[in-house]
Amino acid sequence: MINPEVNLLSCVGLKKSFGPLCVVNGVSFEIRQGECLGVIGPNGAGKTTILKMLLGQLSPDGGRVSAFGAQMPEDALFIKNHLGVVSQFDTLDPDFTCVENLEVFGAYFGLSRKILSERIPKLLEFAALLAKAKEKPGELSGGMRRRLSLARALVNDPQLLLLDEPTTGLDPQARHLMWERLQSLVREGKSILLTTHFMDEAERLCDRLIVLDQGQKIAEGAPKELIGQHLEKSVIEVFAITDKESLMHSLSPHAQRVEESGETVFFYADDPSALLHALSGMPQLRTLHRPANLEDLFLKLTGRQIREGA
Amino acid sequence: MRWWPVFLRNFRVWKKLAIPSLVGNIAEPLMWLIAFGYGMGALVGEVKTSEGRVPYLLFLASGSICMSAMNAASFEALYSVFSRMHVQKTWDGILNAPIRLQDIVLAEMFWAAFKSIFSVSAILCVMGLLGVIHSPKIILAWPLLLLVGVTFSSLALIFNALANGYDFFTYYFTLFLTPMTFLSGVFFPQEQLPIWVQKIAYFLPLSQSIALVRPLFFDEWPTDWALHLGLLVLYACCAYAIALHLTQRRFMRAN
Repeated sequence: MINPEVNLLSCVGLKKSFGPLCVVNGVSFEIRQGECLGVIGPNGAGKTTILKMLLGQLSPDGGRVSAFGAQMPEDALFIKNHLGVVSQFDTLDPDFTCVENLEVFGAYFGLSRKILSERIPKLLEFAALLAKAKEKPGELSGGMRRRLSLARALVNDPQLLLLDEPTTGLDPQARHLMWERLQSLVREGKSILLTTHFMDEAERLCDRLIVLDQGQKIAEGAPKELIGQHLEKSVIEVFAITDKESLMHSLSPHAQRVEESGETVFFYADDPSALLHALSGMPQLRTLHRPANLEDLFLKLTGRQIREGA
Repeated sequence: MRWWPVFLRNFRVWKKLAIPSLVGNIAEPLMWLIAFGYGMGALVGEVKTSEGRVPYLLFLASGSICMSAMNAASFEALYSVFSRMHVQKTWDGILNAPIRLQDIVLAEMFWAAFKSIFSVSAILCVMGLLGVIHSPKIILAWPLLLLVGVTFSSLALIFNALANGYDFFTYYFTLFLTPMTFLSGVFFPQEQLPIWVQKIAYFLPLSQSIALVRPLFFDEWPTDWALHLGLLVLYACCAYAIALHLTQRRFMRAN
């Protein structure tokens, strides 16, 4: 049934400016059936704007969005019938209980009471909220509210889910439960587009990633591939050095690349043995040796500086 | 009919709080009626209108029912709609479903008109029980008051689309609705105003509403009813079109 060759949604050359500010500048990508696609990028990279264009809530200045064989924005209602959306901020109805939230949202899709009465208990079970069915969002924890938002996005049994930072602000337990639920959805054959700030989340959940910066796509691929393409295999971090200059001077020849961030120096190398040998003679230094990860990639591609206005 | 589930959503929330909100909706207009109608009415006795001399209580009742329709629709289409649109982000959630912004705006407009006609109906019932109103023609006032609700909820939605916060609505009430109440002949006949003010006041939507509804309270037919009705429908359509345009513009901006 699931054919990874089939594109559920694709966008070509998306552009959007607000006044003089170009927020999205020629972004193209597609979401294939059964995959989880991650969109990562610093604040202000254009992630949320792209999601709004995918939903037809903003009209692009250039480019096209098509999904399920139809075009945005002409066929927006048809397309949205097959989409589930969890936006960055909860838009749950504070006056309704969990069950009522799902019922009311189901009615927006024209679903009958009969279908909803079958579906809603399953959705609550999926969201681990059966015991909270009669409680209102204000009485739930942050993680429960996010899971209710996810359950609500599934009420129309969508083929594709668009999730905007689904775990921002959650504690580790709630994040892990959310990840586990998202993975089970992908196993069931749903496709997911997910934006996130968390590189561990992107690395764990996503089959494929696109990296955005300043409204442009700067990299695309599977997490492992991207790391292999752009980074050396190992990183050695050296913390809180008093004489940074001389240390960098003496160790740099053993590393392919050196970065500094505040009091910490990062040495990147495919073969770290020479570095480790040199460092073994300096036991007073606090160091960490680890494989290169997605966070290193993200920082390499988008820079370590804090973005003004982000 | 995509607006219908959105209307039902508001209905479902309101059902939970209907009785307390109804008390608030009826209590205030009835206090006006009792304080002014019985109190002032005793001093004033009768007022002279184009329908002849009429008891002040009935004069006030017919004007204040239009004012209640206006106020109830305006409150809902400003404060409650703004909290759904901007504060609670209810609209943002709905827009993720196959429902368009124009469906939501239409649903909110009808919803505010519904709430308005609901409190108007309750006030009419109490007026009937108190023996203030007798005319069978008041049955016809009911659909007209629904149109008054539609007109004022559409007007209020314009200001909703422009608002940055609740404070903005205070201006709408104090600079627009309150002066209109005094100029439209709710409390005293417009003939008391200087001629040039009368000429301007004639075109106020509340004046048009009262011109249609008041004669029915006296068991008379409104004069120039087609003109008043036509103007009110025109105001409603224009206001709704502007409100929709401004709301769409608001949602197309970055936020």
